[in-house]
Amino acid sequence: MAKDAATAVTPFLFTVVVFIVSLGAGLLGSLLGLGGGLILVPVLTLALGVDIRYAVGASLVAVIATSSGAAAGYVRERLTNLRVAMFLELATTAGALTGASLAGLIHGRWLYVVFGTVMAYSALVMLRRLSGGECVAGAPVPDALADRLGLHGSYWDEEAGREVPYRVTRPLTGLGLMYGAGTVSGLLGIGSGALKVPAMDLAMGLPLKVSTATSNFMMGVTAAASAGVYFARGDIEPFIAGPVCAGVVLGAFTGSHYLTRVKSSWLRGLFVVVLLGVAVQMLRKGVSP
Amino acid sequence: MSVEPSLSPAAAPEALSRDDVGPELLISHLLRSGVVLSLTLVTFGMSLTFFHHPDYFSSAQALQRLTTPERGPQGLTDVLAGVGEARGQAFVMAGLLVLMATPVLRVALSLLVFSRQRDRAFVAVTFTVLCLLLLSFLTGGVE
Repeated sequence: MAKDAATAVTPFLFTVVVFIVSLGAGLLGSLLGLGGGLILVPVLTLALGVDIRYAVGASLVAVIATSSGAAAGYVRERLTNLRVAMFLELATTAGALTGASLAGLIHGRWLYVVFGTVMAYSALVMLRRLSGGECVAGAPVPDALADRLGLHGSYWDEEAGREVPYRVTRPLTGLGLMYGAGTVSGLLGIGSGALKVPAMDLAMGLPLKVSTATSNFMMGVTAAASAGVYFARGDIEPFIAGPVCAGVVLGAFTGSHYLTRVKSSWLRGLFVVVLLGVAVQMLRKGVSP
Repeated sequence: MSVEPSLSPAAAPEALSRDDVGPELLISHLLRSGVVLSLTLVTFGMSLTFFHHPDYFSSAQALQRLTTPERGPQGLTDVLAGVGEARGQAFVMAGLLVLMATPVLRVALSLLVFSRQRDRAFVAVTFTVLCLLLLSFLTGGVE
């Protein structure tokens, strides 16, 4: 149905619709603390009938834009741990290369299946965050490699009003988890913050605020590695990626500067339900196209 | 057709004594200018496309032509040639390439910072990441 509808519209109308949809995705993403990709790819494929590879390519470019825009602020505030980011980018870029190359080889319907699964998982992560506070990992185990690389850091906590030091542990576990996150990102064109943040927060012992900022910082490089592969393969279509990119950035910018983050849990709860619903749609499209 | 977001310095909690121009500030500036430049090119390119093709406002067939595979500038040289001829889509593509290059430049800048600090381990780490990034632009074309 969507595909037939798409052929009846003019290029101008298509551009306007894609732009508005991306604007909404960027706005919603920044309100809920997600990248736009998780929203964007389903809307482009399910509602607008865009080929999933083009949708992923466009989404990757949008992820670079939103990550760079937000990271510029976080880095300035020194929330980002630049050394941890650089170290873990070894794994995320390698993973992104794997994922992006894999996306060119496997059938489109498997992309829908994987996307649906990751989407459902992300919804559950949000749900867990909704229901209970984060459990703080115990005192970090001393780690020789983390010491040698000087990964430890500190950040300025606004609420406590002081500089909070922290120690990093299990860098190799982090590296392994980040390889997985990078692969998912390259395969599906999402920032996969839902995978990166727990890897740093729970496995490596970084404070949640630092994990979020550092994850956001790494998304740009990870997505750039994937986007390179998509570009070389001709899957970055300027007619789709252009309006997507402009819309998402404008939406995310508006969301973060003019609106306060939505804290009301019912809206988040509603979003989790929507996310699960769309995940089922994506799975269905993959199983019976 | 869209308004440029002036990614102005986030009315940031630029707290107290943070006056030294460290690598953080450089990276922050680099990221921000990359996004702004890219969006300018993309917006300009999109406007140019519609200016050159009035039929895009009315013809439904044009969309099919646009979204079928194997069109548009795909290689780096195609993009540059298209920009020379002032083709709208080539400007959009150039903007997207600037965006893709922004994180790569950020890594290159970090390499410079680490080598100036004589941090051998991190020079190696950063150099590897840079190689992986450059590799990514080559692998897709090989298949």
